[in-house]
Amino acid sequence: MADAIDVEGLIKRFGAVTALDGLDLRVATGEVHGFLGPNGAGKTTTIRVLLGLMRADGGTARLLGGDPWADATALHRRLAYVPGDVTFWPSLTGGEVIDLLGRLRGGVDRKRRDDLVERFELDPRKKGRAYSKGNRQKVALVAALASDVELLILDEPTSGLDPLMEEVFREVILEEKRRGDRTVLLSSHILSEVEALCDRLTIIRAGRAVETGTLADLRHLTRTTIRAELTGPVNGLAAIAGVHDLKTEDGRVAFDVDAEALEPALKSLVEAGVRSLVSQPPSLEELFLRHYARDTEAAR
Amino acid sequence: MTGTTGLLRLVLRRDRIIMPLWVLLFGVLPYVYVSGFDTLFGTVQERIHYAQISAANAGFVGLYGPLHGDSLGELTVWRGGFLPVMIGLAALLTVIRHTRADEEAGRTELVRAGVVGRFAPLAAAVLATVLACLVIGVLVAVTLIGHGLPAGGSVALGASYAVSGWLFAGVGAVAAQLGDSGRGARAIAVLVLGVSYVLRMGGDISALGGGRLDWMSWLSPIGWIHRVFPFGADDWWPMVPAVVGTSATVGVAAYLLTRRDLGGGLLAGRLGPARAAGSLRSPIALAWRLHRGLLIGWTAGFAALGLVFGGVSTSVAQIAADSSAMSRIFSQLGGSDSIMDAYFASIAQTCALIISCYAVQAALRIRDEEQSGHAEAMLSTDVSRWAWSASHLLFALLGPAVALLAEGVVAGLVHGDPGPVVASSLAQLPAVWVLAGVTTLLIGVAPKLAAAAWAVVAAALLILMVGPLLEVDQWVLDLSPFTHVPHLPGASFTVVPLLVLTLIAAALGGAGLIALRRRDVPV
Repeated sequence: MADAIDVEGLIKRFGAVTALDGLDLRVATGEVHGFLGPNGAGKTTTIRVLLGLMRADGGTARLLGGDPWADATALHRRLAYVPGDVTFWPSLTGGEVIDLLGRLRGGVDRKRRDDLVERFELDPRKKGRAYSKGNRQKVALVAALASDVELLILDEPTSGLDPLMEEVFREVILEEKRRGDRTVLLSSHILSEVEALCDRLTIIRAGRAVETGTLADLRHLTRTTIRAELTGPVNGLAAIAGVHDLKTEDGRVAFDVDAEALEPALKSLVEAGVRSLVSQPPSLEELFLRHYARDTEAAR
Repeated sequence: MTGTTGLLRLVLRRDRIIMPLWVLLFGVLPYVYVSGFDTLFGTVQERIHYAQISAANAGFVGLYGPLHGDSLGELTVWRGGFLPVMIGLAALLTVIRHTRADEEAGRTELVRAGVVGRFAPLAAAVLATVLACLVIGVLVAVTLIGHGLPAGGSVALGASYAVSGWLFAGVGAVAAQLGDSGRGARAIAVLVLGVSYVLRMGGDISALGGGRLDWMSWLSPIGWIHRVFPFGADDWWPMVPAVVGTSATVGVAAYLLTRRDLGGGLLAGRLGPARAAGSLRSPIALAWRLHRGLLIGWTAGFAALGLVFGGVSTSVAQIAADSSAMSRIFSQLGGSDSIMDAYFASIAQTCALIISCYAVQAALRIRDEEQSGHAEAMLSTDVSRWAWSASHLLFALLGPAVALLAEGVVAGLVHGDPGPVVASSLAQLPAVWVLAGVTTLLIGVAPKLAAAAWAVVAAALLILMVGPLLEVDQWVLDLSPFTHVPHLPGASFTVVPLLVLTLIAAALGGAGLIALRRRDVPV
């Protein structure tokens, strides 16, 4: 099946600032794709280009098989968008906004709308200016999720939601996933959320994709933490190229190891004699922090 | 009040460009008028003659206020009679900008969480505005004395300008507590200013013809200001109610501030419908929801204007009958009807300039929607940029038509012969549309400078107010679209200028919409 989103070498400049610097992003139809990156990495700009709100300065972008700029309105009938910074008209109630946006997309599933309003514990009778950030977020989420569309583009959809509502959001997205007829692009800061929901993810930094793949792929690319109790002294571990942060203390060793160096490292442990061993796969946090740290180092 | 000094500096820092602009403009305009009059009149006789005609011209008296003498100073005061309104407008907008608008944007929350007293933001905004108005007063007094006008009158005029700003700073402060948004607060305050102006206008025109509605001026703070009569009576007593009124309104605002929560208004919103009405399903339906309050308000206001203008028209006729010298002058100018025609022509022009503010405001809604993020939500649906922007532009074009029609019909019916009055009002429309077109072009091409559309309106107003007096070159006058509108009902009707203006408006607006379709949203 064709990819829902196919972006290659996307470039977007704002004056002297380059927001997107050759970004690649592929989202397969039917998957939930995580879109991770620190503030200012270019997530929202990418989404705005995909929505035809902004015109790219270079590269190609295809959305649902069309050109996001030229075919904007035709494509918008098939997608729903939750902006990162949601504000609505102060004089309209949340319920009115949900219905209006749904109708402008081509129709609201009334039963699903009411169901979602209830699950998100939203009072749809309040006016726009009376909602807190979290409640505005809920309005936007209900409006998007109740629409009958192929693609959901969610820009940090849980910012401002309390933990209970975050849980509701996860349940709803998992239900979508089980139904399998919708593609979701989920830009997020909450790593556990991405870990729980996404099939594949793309990490961007300074306008470029630095990692992309399934969580397993990405873990493969990174370091595993190993702690072991040994029966005898271990030799040569420090000399292995992929071993980092080695600590030895009366028969106990702890180190991080790159995927390629895992085998030689384990061999030297086995030679020394293993009493117990704990191996910890890298969490998404560590993945993210590694790229982030590199970012701040570069900034220095 | 802790932190007021720091916040005062913040207000002055944020307004460091716009505030000096209006202070300087309003501060030196009277000087410009004096210089203009100086060159305009070769002899004292000419000046006296001009003063006599002007004092009896109901349109002029309506626009600028009563004229009681023929000295250079009095003519200047009279000609600058619209300035107290402009200063009041600038003052109330400044106060609201730094109180309610900040509160709405969430900035006040941040500020108040610091070591800052409850009243400090309000005090800083009012203080900055009061100081700015004081500077206007000083500028006026100094420049006029420098030109050789009597010191007493110069100081009195400067003081009257300053207190008119103070009064409406107070009005702005109260409105900021009543409304629950910057937009709402501005609507309340501008309404008070508009009503004050119309009351003064109606009262003064009525007094001119010995009518019985002259008491209306006494209800209006702007009416009090005019009662100072600088260079004439030099009466200082109106300063007393003005200063008392300012203190009272600021006091009321401070009291109301203690009676409400941060972010809340006293006229708080209620719950609304849980579902949208079936009709709310298109950009136009949404635009109607967003524009209807303002449009209904303006239309009602213009109908009220029509009532006043039509009501005092009998007084205008009376002037001609009372003064044989006047009727001789006017019949020389163009027949027995000309005094009434001139009156309605100047009324139409005034109304058109006022409604231009609505047109610009409605068109700027496109930019507001973009900046507030609402456009992003709309444009991510099956709504084209064209449909989105045109739905707002529609109100910028048709709204003024509705309001001018209301004014013309009411004024005409009260006066007795609606046809020509309505025609004179509606003939102004193409000129108003040009301003809406300029605004759209700015939004499309230079969105960050879109607010400069107000400068265009101000320029048109300035050209109308000082252009003829300074005898500027015709090309300068021609820059204002209002110069090209036939001055009905007296002048003969020509369709060509109206057609050309409409085409210019369409070209400007079209270019703006095309540019808007081709650029990033939001920028």
